[in-house]
Amino acid sequence: MAELSFTDEELKEIDKIKAKFPTAKAATLQVLWVAQRKYGHVEPEVQNLVAETLDLPKSHVHGVASFYTQYYKEEQGKFVLDVCTCLSCQLCGGYEILHHIEDKLGIEAGETTEDGMFTVKEVECLGACGYAPMLQVTNGEYVNNLTKEKVDDLIENL
Amino acid sequence: MAQDWKSFEPLLIPDIPNLQQIGVYEDNGGYNALKTILKDQGHWSRDHVIDEVKQANIRGRGGAGFNAGLKWSFMPDPDGGPRYLACNGDESEPGTFKDRKIFEYNPHLFIEGALIASYAMAIDNIYVYIRGEYISWVDMFQDAVDDAYEKGYLGENILGTDISIDMEITYGAGAYICGEETSMLESLEGKRGYPRVKPPFPAQKGLWGRPTTINNIETLANVPLVINNGADWYGDIGAEEHPGPVLYGISGHVNQPGVYEYASGVPVMDLINDVAGGIRGGKDLKAIIPGGSSTPPLRADQLEGVTMNSDSLKEAGSMMGTAGMVVMDEDTDMVDVLWRIAHFYHHESCGQCTPCREGTGWLEKVLLKIKNGEGEMKDLDLLLDVGNQMEGRTICALADAAVWPVRHTINRFRDEFEERCKKSVHAVA
Ligand SMILES: NC(=O)C1=CN([C@@H]2O[C@H](COP(=O)(O)OP(=O)(O)OC[C@H]3O[C@@H](n4cnc5c(N)ncnc54)[C@H](O)[C@@H]3O)[C@@H](O)[C@H]2O)C=CC1
Ligand SMILES: Cc1cc2nc3c(=O)[nH]c(=O)nc-3n(C[C@H](O)[C@H](O)[C@H](O)COP(=O)(O)O)c2cc1C
Ligand code: SF4
Ligand code: FES
Repeated sequence: MAELSFTDEELKEIDKIKAKFPTAKAATLQVLWVAQRKYGHVEPEVQNLVAETLDLPKSHVHGVASFYTQYYKEEQGKFVLDVCTCLSCQLCGGYEILHHIEDKLGIEAGETTEDGMFTVKEVECLGACGYAPMLQVTNGEYVNNLTKEKVDDLIENL
Repeated sequence: MAQDWKSFEPLLIPDIPNLQQIGVYEDNGGYNALKTILKDQGHWSRDHVIDEVKQANIRGRGGAGFNAGLKWSFMPDPDGGPRYLACNGDESEPGTFKDRKIFEYNPHLFIEGALIASYAMAIDNIYVYIRGEYISWVDMFQDAVDDAYEKGYLGENILGTDISIDMEITYGAGAYICGEETSMLESLEGKRGYPRVKPPFPAQKGLWGRPTTINNIETLANVPLVINNGADWYGDIGAEEHPGPVLYGISGHVNQPGVYEYASGVPVMDLINDVAGGIRGGKDLKAIIPGGSSTPPLRADQLEGVTMNSDSLKEAGSMMGTAGMVVMDEDTDMVDVLWRIAHFYHHESCGQCTPCREGTGWLEKVLLKIKNGEGEMKDLDLLLDVGNQMEGRTICALADAAVWPVRHTINRFRDEFEERCKKSVHAVA
């Protein structure tokens, strides 16, 4: 990868984050988020950039990045489909939805389609149990009350 | 109470359009509790506020049910250094999806409650920690906080007094364990979310080693109600030992899942049949999990007369937890359900304590074996045995939370588990 860096605007955002806390270390999670929004993932080089920017040991940032599941430790598909199969979603057909997506895209949970468009994951409860089954698109929008048809529409329109 | 629960008018998420807008909130009496206190600090001394809240007996809505005012009273006297309120919006307990309703529909009620709590404990820094997946709710809530700053409810010299309180929002990045209060503190400090050993409790040594109180979002949203109407009024709502309004999250095999607000103490069967529209497809009820995945399941035949309050549920053999009820119909495979719960806790164990790290792995592995038809009768005893070796031997309650469903699901649905083991390839004798 080419030399990584934050733009002046991003650095300003990072300063704002740092101002929320008494220590620079406390900004680690939020600055990893800034980096992931920029690069789409936080591979080790990106983690190093975060460490340098906050003047923290690289080992600390690596430790944090590896602890939290929402940080992508490698490049992902353009869209990441996080399908909840946890308790309430399981009861309401979460696994059928997951398998339908896997069949449709020809990959298994944890994999990315060859064209780099979709990554599919099986995730734990997303706090939308009353709208089960459901999925989240790339750490963003929730899509609730899924049916196979709704999934087909979603994948076509993304 | 049992009969007239239907006449309850929602207090936490009332049906008022655009209540999330600060002007609408103010027009409906919003921020009056804060104003009342700040205008008459002689009457509403810090101790008086704490006593009123303690007397109201707001039971922690994060799931453990600890009296909020009592917890506040543990804060040491101010010594001039920083003190913190850390608000727990990490909700990740399977079956629980209620705090997001407050961020979405009535964020200022929570902000007002957090401000009153901060006044009472002489706190000037509030952190609100929201789970990372709730990024849409983080954005919504940020708007509410910005408005509260603009109107002078947050920031320097609140409403012209010499009181200054700041509120910062931060969010996680996917880790159930960060809802455990000391793990949340570690995460707020920018670290891996490893729970801390208690004691010392956070009131003694919390964020950056300073006095800190942690409360759930819904807990704090109850506070303005107590100030506006008094502890006695609050104590008369719902069940005596667990008073006040409750956000019931209902999911699973019901016709109308969702979050519904009623007083505590609604009969379980009424919640299922009247509130949530009954079981899907006209089927029969098999079991419920009353308050999030860690609370023991109850069979349909254990539910007669049981109401949603801590004492009644305890008597029935379970717990109130987060009041996130999961409903299961007659066709539910309890082996599958229990395996999925065990998978969850194994996935979410932070790995610090050997009994939890290894134990949650064993529970999942043995349950998978049974689920796949390869279990043996003795595996059921093995599961119970592993559970006994985990419980009470770890830093935080995640290990206990993993054990309880295993123990009680096996005991209460033993036939189903034995049946699966009998059918299995190993069942020779
Ligand atoms: N809302 C959610 O998504 C989830 C909720 N939970 C709930 O969490 C519960 C367990 O939470 P814990 O915090 O481990 O329970 P806990 O009983 O240890 O503590 C409850 C609260 O009271 C305080 N406290 C208790 N004893 C104290 C003492 N002697 N001195 C000072 N403070 C004291 C604690 O600091 C804490 O704030 C479970 O029962 C479960 O229902 C669990 C997972 C997720
Ligand atoms: C594994 C685990 C996860 C927890 N997750 C949450 C959570 O997501 N939200 C929450 O409010 N409390 C959660 N709790 C409970 C907190 O530790 C703590 O009791 C609560 O935030 C205190 O607030 P309250 O007294 O107002 O309920 C969790 C506890 C454990 C053991
Ligand atoms: S009990 Fe489990 S989750 Fe809690 S600190 Fe120990 S290993 Fe971590
Ligand atoms: S179980 Fe899927 S959102 Fe809670």
